[in-house]
Amino acid sequence: MSQHKEHPPEHAEHKGHHILPVLTGAKVWIALLIFTAITVAAARFDMGNVNFTVAMAIATIKAFLVVLFFMGMKYDTNENRIIFFSSFIFLFIFIFLTYSDVLFRELVMK
Amino acid sequence: MSETRTEGVRHFAHHFKSAFHEFDACKVGMWLFLLQEVLFFAPLFVGYAVYRALYPEAWHEASHLLDWKLGALNTVVLICSSFTMAMGVHAAQTGRKNKIVLNLGLTILLACCFLVVKYFEYSHKVHVGLLPAGMFTYEGLQHAKSPLFFSLYFMMTGLHGLHVLIGIAVLGWIWSRARRGDFGPDYYTPVELTGLYWHFVDLVWIYLFPLLYLVG
Repeated sequence: MSQHKEHPPEHAEHKGHHILPVLTGAKVWIALLIFTAITVAAARFDMGNVNFTVAMAIATIKAFLVVLFFMGMKYDTNENRIIFFSSFIFLFIFIFLTYSDVLFRELVMK
Repeated sequence: MSETRTEGVRHFAHHFKSAFHEFDACKVGMWLFLLQEVLFFAPLFVGYAVYRALYPEAWHEASHLLDWKLGALNTVVLICSSFTMAMGVHAAQTGRKNKIVLNLGLTILLACCFLVVKYFEYSHKVHVGLLPAGMFTYEGLQHAKSPLFFSLYFMMTGLHGLHVLIGIAVLGWIWSRARRGDFGPDYYTPVELTGLYWHFVDLVWIYLFPLLYLVG
């Protein structure tokens, strides 16, 4: 009658230790350097507002490379993904609402 | 002191099920800390967005006084330090002590390079009077709001620089522990977590560099 509850198999707990291969790390490193060169080169051309968009797009690609590979988010748990990416949702709300207030304040005040 | 360690078996706090459980819990804590770090930097980015939207001409004028070459150099330095940090974690995971010590040492060295470049940038600005708010004495700018750019420049790079400084201190501690042989495949939590922090510092700079130096 006494059902003895077994612990879950131990091996299931070791799946999370992911080792980033050196070659992948080196590729990411080279890619980051190339994107840095591209963003510097793109800034030399005056394209008006496009400059800002291009610079931010490249920065975001670089950020994803760092987060996914160097920080190992690609191999991490969903829990950690939600924790970290939720911070950017709040950052977006913070910037978006404040920015829209500044941009449209004059229209409303008229 | 001698610590006898059985291969593959490591002591962990009694409230954890296993060493991996302990590692996992530490990592969740680190990600929560980094979430807080993003929000810690957030107001500065919001301030940047607002003032840039209000005074685009001031931004255009002021940002050209920054030397993008030094900014680019520091970007390369930090990217390289992120790579050596990742290799340090790799060495810890695969249990190669000398490589952990070497890679962490290189990371510290590159972090110091970053601060040296920053020192030259700052000292030039202090010299010509490109300082935040009330200390601003530079004469060559037309727009009345241009000093705002430098208030934000010093706050953003200053807070980031403080993170680099703290990073060097933590890396130094991890480095000395690595020399003592504390880390290996069965225990490398501090190396991993310091790595996460260091990559975050790189992440902030990845955005600061174009925002301050490139998009005028």
